[in-house]
Amino acid sequence: MIKKLTLSAIAAVGLLAGAANAAGGETHIEDFDFSFEGPFGKFDQNQLQRGLKVYTEICSGCHGLQYVPLRTLHDEGGVGLPEDQMIAYAAGIDIYDPEIDDYRSGKPTDNFPANTAAGAPDLSLMAKARAGFSGPLGTGMNQLFKGMGGAEYIASILTGYTGHEKVEAGVTLYENSAFPGGWISMAPPLYGEDVDFDDHHDNSLHHESMDTAAFLMWAAEPKMMARKETGFIGVFILIVLSVLLYATNKTLWAPVKRKAKES
Amino acid sequence: MSGIPHDHYEPKSNGAKWLHSRLPVVGLIYDTLMIPTPKNLNWMWIWGIVLAFCLALQIITGIVLVMHYTPHVDLAFASIEHIMRDVNGGAFIRYLHMNGASLFFIAVYLHIFRGLYYGSYKAPREITWIIGMLIYILMMATGFLGYVLPWGQMSFWGATVITGLFGAIPFIGEPLQTWLLGGPAVDNATLNRFFSLHYLLPFLIAGLVIVHIWAFHNTGNNNPAGVEVRRGSKADAEKDTLPFWPYFVIKDFFALAVVLVIFFAVVSFMPNYLGHPDNYIEANPLVTPAHIVPEWYYLPFYAILRAFTADVWVVQIASFVTGGIVDAKFFGVLAMFGAIFVMALAPWLDTSSVRSGKYRPMFKWWFWLLAIDFIVLMWCGAMPAEPPYSIISLIGASYWFAYFFVILPLLGVIEKPLPTPATIEEDFNAHYGKAE
Repeated sequence: MIKKLTLSAIAAVGLLAGAANAAGGETHIEDFDFSFEGPFGKFDQNQLQRGLKVYTEICSGCHGLQYVPLRTLHDEGGVGLPEDQMIAYAAGIDIYDPEIDDYRSGKPTDNFPANTAAGAPDLSLMAKARAGFSGPLGTGMNQLFKGMGGAEYIASILTGYTGHEKVEAGVTLYENSAFPGGWISMAPPLYGEDVDFDDHHDNSLHHESMDTAAFLMWAAEPKMMARKETGFIGVFILIVLSVLLYATNKTLWAPVKRKAKES
Repeated sequence: MSGIPHDHYEPKSNGAKWLHSRLPVVGLIYDTLMIPTPKNLNWMWIWGIVLAFCLALQIITGIVLVMHYTPHVDLAFASIEHIMRDVNGGAFIRYLHMNGASLFFIAVYLHIFRGLYYGSYKAPREITWIIGMLIYILMMATGFLGYVLPWGQMSFWGATVITGLFGAIPFIGEPLQTWLLGGPAVDNATLNRFFSLHYLLPFLIAGLVIVHIWAFHNTGNNNPAGVEVRRGSKADAEKDTLPFWPYFVIKDFFALAVVLVIFFAVVSFMPNYLGHPDNYIEANPLVTPAHIVPEWYYLPFYAILRAFTADVWVVQIASFVTGGIVDAKFFGVLAMFGAIFVMALAPWLDTSSVRSGKYRPMFKWWFWLLAIDFIVLMWCGAMPAEPPYSIISLIGASYWFAYFFVILPLLGVIEKPLPTPATIEEDFNAHYGKAE
């Protein structure tokens, strides 16, 4: 009874989460292998810095990152720019200041600017606003080891252009195997070798896309490393507590059960 | 407190006597903690403590979140990101609160189904059961109100759909919906009142929880054998029971710790597993999401709501008889609330003289079918409202009502129950005498 009911409840919750995420259309999300997947996964600082460079030189032309504070580029467990580089990066961005009704150079306390010029969505939370994975069997349990798949979704979009175009109601649409519906209004932003990395890392389309997706995962979930660390401490303490309480409970009930056996 | 005979608090020191004659608070705590508890309770009796923990967790994390949250349509979504990025420990506290709601509902469903299987709703525990149902309804309301606060796409559209249900009520529906929303559509007024109520309802729940506990402390706990504790004398009662402290407190805490290991792992390693990605997109009244899906814990009732479409004959008859006042939409709303209400009627619909499902050979099958039905309905609720899901939902919804209105009353008449143990002591000894 107990086991059955508990199991069915767990199965139900699993099914549902999967079902909720499965809705969305037939798209192909490639399973990229990111360093931050699974309970033990960590952000690769170099990758995030490369992703920041792609974002700065290409994505930020149309997209904003309005919820991400510039100072967090210096945070540990993330992009981890040295403080002077972070300040210099901030100073290189023009920020509109409503108090002076004009643009000024950015400060660490500012956020990345919003950018709605081209009608492109803000990317601050994009990696959490798309679920790439819902398996196996629609349970979504693989999220435990692969994450939500938002980063995979982004990388799949960036690498998913087939090269076909069409014009519909005066708008050019580009065929993309990862986009729901198959046609996206964003022109291919990356072709490979668009950005030269300071660490001379491979800048093929595949790697640029992964770096961008990893950076956007960080942008959406900057506290991921701290969260997992807390998790390990918490789970460890609770397991120890469970064992101690199990032993206490066993000792406490032993005389009562012995008496029952003798009767 | 009446109930099962047991030792009561006796103040010993002069100070304790002084306090006791003026405010017997120590006696109240003593009597509450030392309540004689049937010693044969199994592991399905641990969900109460998990629920109490959830309520405390939600209130404490909620109070901290409120310190940093801004209930305004232009600022709410950004203030959540402020919590996630700028507030010390904010991301973890918010994830605890988000997933705490799910743990709360997992525990309450297991608690309710335990009650349904072991006949905990039967006399003399009807009041405990009904208070429990009220708590459950308040939990659903609180969860729904809370889900609106982050002002994501699902927040907004969920609120639009659910308040739209009230709009389906004939004659008063539209003014009622406007009154609830504070305007013609979900907007700032809605967000403000939902915030206010989301903060208020948990304290009403806490009040009802005290009444719930008070009620069953008077009748005594039900137990897997379904037979009552002997109350003739203290000596008799002690053969059937053990004091709640320390025996059940330690047992419950052990179970709670195990549950929390899983809970903590989910919060830390997949905190968005049970959430919807669309809620990380800020609410936009101009863009409707492809599928509006409520939180998982509403899905069975959401499936029942959508099951009764205009082409179902019961709906057509209802519409004809009432001259069109009861249309498909209103019928669905009635069915959804009815599905919850009918659970509250279980004490009077179940006619069997035997309390525990363990000794009811036919009941068992129907009960497990109900549990499966619940899960199937949950799954259908997450799927689009089209065949085959709509047909499965209709079958599932029909079984839900048939279980309470037809099967429970009939089984009491046609079923021949197995012999039950004479006492709890006998049940306990039979279990542990055989073991090992």
